[in-house]
Amino acid sequence: MEEIIIVKGLTKTFILSAKQQKIEKTNVKVRTAVNNLSFSAYKGEIFGLLGPNGAGKTTTLRMLATLIKPDSGDALIDGYSIVNQSGEVRSKIGFLTSELKLEEFFTPNYLFDFFSALHGIDSETAEKRKKEMFSRFGIDKFAEVKVADLSTGMKQKTSLCISLVHNPDVIIFDEPTNGLDVLTAKVVTDFLVSLKNEGKTIIVSTHIFSLIEKLCDRVGIIIDGGMFVCDTLENVCQGKPLEDRFFDIYSDYCKREDKEI
Amino acid sequence: MKRSSAIITIFKKELYRFFKDRRTVVAILLPGLLIYVIYSVMGGAFSDQFGVDNEFKPNIYSVNTPESIKALTASAEIELKDADSGQQEEIKTQITDENCDLLIIFPEDFDKKVAEYDPTSGTEAPGIEIFYNSASTNSTTAYTMITSLLDSYESSMTNKFDVNHSADIKFDLASERDLTSAIFSMLMPMLLIVLLFSGCLAVAPESIAGEKERGTIASMLITPAKRSDIAIGKILALSLLALISGASSTLGIILSFPKLMGGAVELNGAVYSVTDYLLLAIVILSTVLVLITLTSIVSAFAKSVKEANGYVTPIMIIAMLVGVSGMFGNGASSNHMLYAIPLYNSVQCMIGIFSFDINLINIIVTVAANIVLTALGVLVLTKMFNSEKVMFNK
Ligand SMILES: Nc1ncnc2c1ncn2[C@@H]1O[C@H](COP(=O)(O)OP(=O)(O)OP(=O)(O)O)[C@@H](O)[C@H]1O
Ligand SMILES: [Mg+2]
Repeated sequence: MEEIIIVKGLTKTFILSAKQQKIEKTNVKVRTAVNNLSFSAYKGEIFGLLGPNGAGKTTTLRMLATLIKPDSGDALIDGYSIVNQSGEVRSKIGFLTSELKLEEFFTPNYLFDFFSALHGIDSETAEKRKKEMFSRFGIDKFAEVKVADLSTGMKQKTSLCISLVHNPDVIIFDEPTNGLDVLTAKVVTDFLVSLKNEGKTIIVSTHIFSLIEKLCDRVGIIIDGGMFVCDTLENVCQGKPLEDRFFDIYSDYCKREDKEI
Repeated sequence: MKRSSAIITIFKKELYRFFKDRRTVVAILLPGLLIYVIYSVMGGAFSDQFGVDNEFKPNIYSVNTPESIKALTASAEIELKDADSGQQEEIKTQITDENCDLLIIFPEDFDKKVAEYDPTSGTEAPGIEIFYNSASTNSTTAYTMITSLLDSYESSMTNKFDVNHSADIKFDLASERDLTSAIFSMLMPMLLIVLLFSGCLAVAPESIAGEKERGTIASMLITPAKRSDIAIGKILALSLLALISGASSTLGIILSFPKLMGGAVELNGAVYSVTDYLLLAIVILSTVLVLITLTSIVSAFAKSVKEANGYVTPIMIIAMLVGVSGMFGNGASSNHMLYAIPLYNSVQCMIGIFSFDINLINIIVTVAANIVLTALGVLVLTKMFNSEKVMFNK
């Protein structure tokens, strides 16, 4: 199996501003969000990043998407380094996270064209892809409505389509079903499965166990910025529900931390 | 091919965004409209207050009106109503109450006394008494009308010589060109700088800090489009928008200027040649690039539009001071080196152009310096777009 994403020792710390310290009621100036994290994802699989709130999932994915730079470590995506070849990495991946917003004044139709152009896609290909994607997600019904007037679900569908204008081989989705009802969530998960069947590699982060169980081939469990377990879904679960395994793993982690103190 | 298309894509998107949103269109065009309305209203108020109303018919009573004066007022179309000396007190009360404008009392046999009077005799000249009310505009106007009429009547009787009598000869040898250039070179540089700057203020914080605040810039940063292309596309589009805003303000001033001055000053922009205007346009263009680059960089530091507007205000004040400095200089500076200083160079070039004192080297130095500065600014802005500390500071 070909390793298409290789993450090696990624570390990211944030310096907390005085304001952030006040909000979080802490005197710590530096927060380690991701700590020496390594894993690999194979071509054509769906890899799930599972972890509690604040574990460092979003930070890891932002680094992979070259939005922020790691303090140390590197990752290769299809052979390109996220540190030194960020331009190439950006054209290889499609990234979806709640931080990336669409301009409210524009329509889904305009935004699709705009991002296609920024990706350097010729208008004919873009037009074909837009038709396909918009009808798949039912965006054609509100393609000419300003983003400001769309519902949360409509916005999320639009964001998803726009993150994939360039038909990337590697897809990085941070909590893709957040805020969606079961019907819309199913459209999204079905879509991810069909992308996998096309041979694409997908990384999703979530704290929803059922999503991982339904979708993922392999799963990595992140706790406190570190990769705790990373294996196939079967090996991680060992015949138990994922949720139960997670609690086992989490209590192991706590015990170990206690020992170290 | 791909490179230039990202610049154009960003450029078009910025223009589209500003013209699609009614609020931003208003922000761009409103200053010009406001200037036009305010100046026109101010001009109208001035002429109401100080101008002589052509329709105005003063209500004047006169005692012992002599024939000569009757003829004089009749030719000036001013009506004098005859009154008895017995009515004097009653009319004076009316003037105080502003029901009547003026009371003129001539001595009896005025014409005869004037004809017989010898100024060298040392005796007192025949006197006219005029009662008026300085609190009433109508009364004051009537007073001025009558006294100037009487003054000119008096000087025509003792006329020994005239000064500048002929209406056909142009005695003031100042050309239209000199007057226009004196006023334009004093006012226009400062006005243009301020108007262009407010044009930048209407667009740069919104486009740069606004996109940061709303999280839409991050969506562009994850595309393979070069960050330098994003910076260039934005700067070019914002410059065009600032120019449109500046042009709208300038148009507002030009259209309302005659109303403001009430035709008191004859300014004629036609004294400048096409070349003058072309050079001016080049200077303005390069100035806008500098201003937009500056305001964009400052806006990129800010976390929100509000914060950006706060940061930009001190720069606006400096720009205004540089503009004002041009009003007190003695024409354009001749030191080429000084034309490498941004803003100052623009003001000096404008003064030079408006006062027909064009130095091509100075203009070339100015434009070159401004373009170099803009290029450096693009590099800085690109660095900022690349910096997560700047783009994602919370
Ligand atoms: N810009 C930042 N400045 C300071 N601290 C940050 C910043 N971004 C993230 N962190 C911190 O880093 C840690 C990891 O955050 P991250 O968003 O990666 O978690 P997550 O796993 O995505 O959590 P969630 O499930 O809640 O989305 C958290 O403690 C968070 O407070
Ligand atoms: Mg997260």
